[in-house]
Amino acid sequence: MSERLTVFKTYKLFVGGKFPRSESGRVYEVTDSKGNWLANAPQSSRKDARDAVVAARKAVGGWSGATAYNRGQVLYRVAEMLEGRKDQFVREVADAEGLSKAKAAAVVDAAIDRWVWYAGWTDKIGQITGSTNPVAGPFFNVSATEPTGVVAVLAPQESSFLGLVSVIAPAIATGNTVVVVASEKAPLPALSLGEVLATSDVPGGVVNILSGRTAEMAPTLASHQDVNAIDLAGADAEFAKELEIAAADNLKRVLRPRPADWTADPGTERMTAFLETRTVWHPTGSLGAGGSSY
Amino acid sequence: MSFTYAPAPESRSVVDIAPSYGLFIDGEFTEATGGKVFKTVSPSSEEVLSEVAHGSAEDVDRAVKAARKAFEKWSALPGSERAKYLFRIARIIQERSRELAVLETLDNGKPIKETRDADLPLVAAHFFYYAGWADKLDHAGYGANPRPLGVAGQVIPWNFPLLMLAWKIAPALATGNTVVLKPAETTPLSALFFADICRQAGLPKGVVNIVTGDGTTGAALVAHEGVNKVAFTGSTAVGKAIARTVAGSDKKLTLELGGKGANIVFDDAPIDQAVEGIVQGIFFNQGQVCCAGSRLLVQESIQDELLDSLKRRLSTLRLGDPLDKNTDIGAINSAEQLARITELADSGEAEGAERWAPACELPSAGYWFAPTLFTNVTQAHRIAREEIFGPVLSVLSFRTPDEAVAKANNSQYGLSAGIWTEKGSRMLAVASKLRAGVVWANTFNKFDPTSPFGGFKESGFGREGGRHGLEAYLDV
Repeated sequence: MSERLTVFKTYKLFVGGKFPRSESGRVYEVTDSKGNWLANAPQSSRKDARDAVVAARKAVGGWSGATAYNRGQVLYRVAEMLEGRKDQFVREVADAEGLSKAKAAAVVDAAIDRWVWYAGWTDKIGQITGSTNPVAGPFFNVSATEPTGVVAVLAPQESSFLGLVSVIAPAIATGNTVVVVASEKAPLPALSLGEVLATSDVPGGVVNILSGRTAEMAPTLASHQDVNAIDLAGADAEFAKELEIAAADNLKRVLRPRPADWTADPGTERMTAFLETRTVWHPTGSLGAGGSSY
Repeated sequence: MSFTYAPAPESRSVVDIAPSYGLFIDGEFTEATGGKVFKTVSPSSEEVLSEVAHGSAEDVDRAVKAARKAFEKWSALPGSERAKYLFRIARIIQERSRELAVLETLDNGKPIKETRDADLPLVAAHFFYYAGWADKLDHAGYGANPRPLGVAGQVIPWNFPLLMLAWKIAPALATGNTVVLKPAETTPLSALFFADICRQAGLPKGVVNIVTGDGTTGAALVAHEGVNKVAFTGSTAVGKAIARTVAGSDKKLTLELGGKGANIVFDDAPIDQAVEGIVQGIFFNQGQVCCAGSRLLVQESIQDELLDSLKRRLSTLRLGDPLDKNTDIGAINSAEQLARITELADSGEAEGAERWAPACELPSAGYWFAPTLFTNVTQAHRIAREEIFGPVLSVLSFRTPDEAVAKANNSQYGLSAGIWTEKGSRMLAVASKLRAGVVWANTFNKFDPTSPFGGFKESGFGREGGRHGLEAYLDV
């Protein structure tokens, strides 16, 4: 009896909750760490990047306006969905990064737990970043943080899944929407993550995932006037500087690349980088002199 | 013209109550030492729902030992693993929320629309919120690596049985403590169902122990030497007794006690919204709410208009079968509580206040009290000073904001207050002078797991909910 022939998956982009091919019709060959062919991934164009920004912008109102509790539920749902599709991601991560099955499984476990970590942050980050301010006058004065808007994310090149999740989840936990450029040589886990997000109650457009040449898309995103911030995790130092200069044109918030251990406790930096602080003043009026004596 | 609603009862078939329940100790249901039991009844019908084990001091000792044993491993788990247990519990509660809502309504007597739309969503949200803290304690503002206390002895009331359980257990477990919880004598069932949720979540044995019983069981728990933390929600009198019991020990104590909340309505308030807020403030859960707005302070110039609207609104409240989805006012939780409400309301009349209640037929079985309001109330009247814990509103008036504040603060309690005004600066000025732990402006009885709750003065100390709620369970 002959062995059954497997069905290959056509890897596609994830933009606005849909799975388009690149508008350019281009693909590029993705291989495993030993050079074996894995798939033809879409090679996104600058137009794809701009389309993704449009989708991300459209999703900002709904996502940033959702309650923090609701966003937490959605992020937790992503973890639930991933847990059920773990085997697929272990395979893809093992292929992409040349890891043993056991090591790839540990990476995927950590990525799932990272969604859980950020699911818990959605309704707490504001409690550690905000404050009531005892100004010297009869005013109620409160500072609260809110998302900056659309964040372009150059995903880490080496850590195709844990690194990817570690840059997406914090940005959307706080209510931003993202356009993500996947690891150039290992984009398949990222493209598969789109399938998980699409079935996890994440509204369309909140996360948009592009595969292709980072060097082609990144300048478009860095100079795009409707992008509010950029995470340069996936750029080397020289390229990052160039992109940071482009980003200055509309004063994007920039998170510079730095050596990262994606398995370490992530802290709060990747959330606070994409938050704005708003302070509200309101007179408290007066009921007469002095405070309460009781 | 009058019209009637057809009955719309929620089905009881979603909940399966066993004829008897044991104590949940070390992951197993076990009989009480000596086999003593008590009955729990449905307050709306007096039907016996189940027989429940009556935990003795020996049983409390067993439970505390189980919790102590479980503490070592539980507190040593990475926070991220404890978080995942709590997230599981939150999700299972969401899945089983219809069942638990019906159960709670049967055992407590409160309307299904409240258990379904308020209690259960808040219970799940509370676990979800504190689950997220379990691996973030370093960020909570209590220094690096704050430690748990050990075994928490928790005693909760009957007015929000499962919600009070959530308020107690979620932060305790998130911070790495283990618990022995005693639910109220009249509402033990949802806590026992929670034991089953712990089983489904795979929670390690002994992390949560439920010991049912009466006041003597609770007293044994708070006095137990192996308990490191005592958390109590209930009456101020019992809270004081507990404070005396733990005096001189190392036990950390938080108390969430009674209240006599002032709901202050200024002349510029939107009357219709204020009326809804007043109704919500005192008739939610039949007024059996520690933070109820049980004193209405209304500015003299709008008193007549407001009272007319309020009486009209009260006449539309529907009292009856708590399982009916249209019911606004359910049953009083117990005969004992009904007697207390009745006695205090009678004192109001005897002391010269004017009593009013809408025409309202009370069912023949069960414990019922019509929504009632008193006018011509003075600050010296018992109904203006004592917590009634029932659907009884005392109306007082004021002329100036200063007078409103003075009257609002004229209480041994300091749990909640409400302010109704369209003027922001007045709202903030008054709020800043109210000696109350929670002040609602142009709303009332709002709760959220992210928001700290608790009292000033004799309403207790410590806060539950929010980042502040972690402190009660950390060695800080």
